[in-house]
Amino acid sequence: MPPKPNIPGKGLIKGLGVTFKEMTKTMFPNEGMKKLIPSPSKGAHTVQYPHVKEAPPTRARGVIALLEENCTVCMLCVRSCPDWCIYIEGHKYKAPPRREGGKPRTVSALDRFDIDYALCMYCGICVEVCPFDAIFWSPEYEYSEPRIADLLHDKERLVEWMDTVPEYEAYEAGSEAKVKKLPKKGGK
Amino acid sequence: MVLAIHLAYWQQTIIKSIAVLLCVLLPAGAFVNLFLFKMSSFMQSRLGPMEAGPHGQLQLLAEVGKSLQKEDITPAKADEKLFKLAPYLIVASVLLVYVVVPFGPDAYFTNLDVGIFYALAVSSLSVIGVLIAGWASANKYSLLGGLRAAGQLIAYELPMVLAVVGVVIQAGTLNMQGIVAAQANGEIFGFSGLGNPYILTQFVGFFIFLVAAQAELTQTPFDMPVAESEIVAGYMTEYSGLRFLLFFIAEFASVGAFGALAATLFLGGWYLPGLDMTANYMNVLGPIIVLTKIIVIAGVIFFVRFTYPRFREDQLQKVAWTFLIPLSLANIFLTAILKVVF
Amino acid sequence: MTAVSDRQQLQYIAGQAADARVNVELETEGMTLNLGPQHPATHGTLRIIVKLDGEQVISADTVMGYMHRGYEKLVEVRTYPQVTTLINRIDWLSSFANEVPFILAAEKLMEVEAPPRAQWIRTILFEMARVANIGLFLGEMGLQLGAMTAAFYAFRDREFVLNQIEAVTGGRFHPNFDRIGGLKDDLPKGWIDETKIVMKRMREFCDEMEELLVGNEIFQARMRGIGVIPAEVGLSYGLSGANIRASGVDWDIRRDGGPTPLPYKDLDFTVWTHPDGDSFARYWVRLQETREATRLVDQMLNGLPGGSIMAKVPRIIKVPEGEAYVETENPLGAMGYYIVSKGDLGPFRVKIRSASFSNVSIAPWVLRGVYVPDIITILGSLYFILGDIDR
Repeated sequence: MPPKPNIPGKGLIKGLGVTFKEMTKTMFPNEGMKKLIPSPSKGAHTVQYPHVKEAPPTRARGVIALLEENCTVCMLCVRSCPDWCIYIEGHKYKAPPRREGGKPRTVSALDRFDIDYALCMYCGICVEVCPFDAIFWSPEYEYSEPRIADLLHDKERLVEWMDTVPEYEAYEAGSEAKVKKLPKKGGK
Repeated sequence: MVLAIHLAYWQQTIIKSIAVLLCVLLPAGAFVNLFLFKMSSFMQSRLGPMEAGPHGQLQLLAEVGKSLQKEDITPAKADEKLFKLAPYLIVASVLLVYVVVPFGPDAYFTNLDVGIFYALAVSSLSVIGVLIAGWASANKYSLLGGLRAAGQLIAYELPMVLAVVGVVIQAGTLNMQGIVAAQANGEIFGFSGLGNPYILTQFVGFFIFLVAAQAELTQTPFDMPVAESEIVAGYMTEYSGLRFLLFFIAEFASVGAFGALAATLFLGGWYLPGLDMTANYMNVLGPIIVLTKIIVIAGVIFFVRFTYPRFREDQLQKVAWTFLIPLSLANIFLTAILKVVF
Repeated sequence: MTAVSDRQQLQYIAGQAADARVNVELETEGMTLNLGPQHPATHGTLRIIVKLDGEQVISADTVMGYMHRGYEKLVEVRTYPQVTTLINRIDWLSSFANEVPFILAAEKLMEVEAPPRAQWIRTILFEMARVANIGLFLGEMGLQLGAMTAAFYAFRDREFVLNQIEAVTGGRFHPNFDRIGGLKDDLPKGWIDETKIVMKRMREFCDEMEELLVGNEIFQARMRGIGVIPAEVGLSYGLSGANIRASGVDWDIRRDGGPTPLPYKDLDFTVWTHPDGDSFARYWVRLQETREATRLVDQMLNGLPGGSIMAKVPRIIKVPEGEAYVETENPLGAMGYYIVSKGDLGPFRVKIRSASFSNVSIAPWVLRGVYVPDIITILGSLYFILGDIDR
């Protein structure tokens, strides 16, 4: 049980002390109090956004990027989205056989891959579920648009986001998980 | 003012009217900019407005411009004439307080013999404005706020007046210039170099005056009438645009007004020890000194405002009636005895 | 078990007397005030219709449902990972804590146990969610009472916890990290040391709140003796969490809730209670709980076992038929999920037992006879989140 303050008013003075201390911490951060150099821009905990941008962590779920070569139009991501915000259309075509005298292979090609970021809940189920490593998370977050219709990112735009996808980080000690490698573009 | 040219009475009145308007707007603007935007922000680990002008110094201009261009909404069921009258009443009462504050040996608006009595009387006119605003808004939240304000502002008039009585007993006059002169010429145990600012002898009165002023200004911890988390904005809920701006200016200008009264009564007014009381340059230096003292006192008021939670209405009244008034009566008693003895 | 206190009784009598005066003597109606859906003090869109006599409350009625999003209907057509995404958003301040009872119930039906490392990390994130949520309450209670600075400190220090959660899961507010059989991913390098620093910072924040608010005479005058809830009344209304512990009932699901896969029996923690049952007791219990949660996180970070993150579960998860109910000690109270499964990819029916719904149901009882400012104090100290009430 916290004891009641003995001297009437002691709690009030302590409260004033707390806010005063915070004010001086903001105005004179670090060593400034010794030299009385005010630099509140360094002492404040807020970031002046348009001028200074904080970098989100590597795993931050900012935007989804598409590696078109790996996609086989299996539709798993479409089915697993809770909002049904991915729109995919593809077609199959016959590719030449790999070696002489073989059968022509059926290959799927991607016609349309749209993600509607107005609906997207940023849950990550599509990225997790893709068996062919075709979509990835990128921590980019600055893509707001004045019109809602522009929030539908089509295939070209999603492929552009691949440049911003960071490498996977190392894990903590004691973990048995293996660090995945980002597939290089142009492979399959 | 002792000037080289001789102005007619009507010209003097015009200059004085403009000066009193400046007197109101300048402290209000200074306090909003310095304390509301910057000091409170630094206390909250943030920087405050930074975009408008360098380090946000032009934010005031932006706020005024924003308020002026808003739609003028009057609630349908509100009493139109009273609704529109209320902000002007409050601003008027604040303007009238500044009239009697001396800024220099000859720099004053009027030199009433009942200076401080007039100032306290006129500052309580704002209660009417608040009540009218609360009732005429046709809004239950405003009504609650207005009634709370009525009770609170009237209750805290008494400790304020009683605290001032101690100063008056010590100075021997109600005239504001006379009080400044008494502090300047007074002696502390025979040492006359520093004058005798009444904060030293009347520290109890000073404390009571500050607490009562905090309540008169409806600042936290006494801001029940405008309890933002309960009754939205109290009696100011239905006001928007220019009318709200008037309330806002009145609130911060009255901080300045009570700060000016406190500076004159307790801190020595426009006089600093070591300066010549009758010199002509004091008419220019005096206002600057008074402004500095006002800023110091307003700093204390806002510092307390941003730290403490608010009292409940009945606790507020208890503090006024059972704590402050007996204390101030004891103060008067003691002052009177000591004045006669010494 | 404490009886109704004198003050509570007097307030109740005063409320009745006010009612009598209003109806019989003066023939005036009390004022009906709508602390409406949009109000700075209710945590969201809660509507409270109070009948006032002057400043005293005669009766109070809560109207909820302004934020009903139809969770229990939405989850009927979604698979288990999709449901996990949705339920993150029920109690949006304690992000990860919403997923845990649901996943535990699904694992109970599947008879699958996540590996120990996964359970420990789950509990670490659970307790961090508790720190984030209740830490915000500590500052924001000051805001309800008028000390706006305290709320800024709470938001500022909460950022550190959210940054740590984002470093692991990728999302600050909606981690969506729990999976049937384990977790989605493992901890990134350097996370354990950073989190220890953050927990130390949160303990300093608790000390700061204690100096700024708890010792403050005005705060104590506003909170002591206000909204006393005796233990029997609280239990009969279904209060849970810190609300009931502040009335003296020593009950914590982490310790008393029966066998659970979460590693609480291996950990050393105190359950804080307070005998008074007033608003100050609820604040004080939550302050101690925040400190306790930071200590728990430190313990778990020191003793984290190695191993895999995910048990052997099939790629496409179909939970066998059956019903399961799991309740956990969430930051707001006791939250439970009752899952009925018919062997499909998704649940057949999920009933969400949310803590705030029961916590706020005591409002009509506890608000009789109090003053208008006390309404805000009491509701603030009961601490509900609208998303949790309305689902």
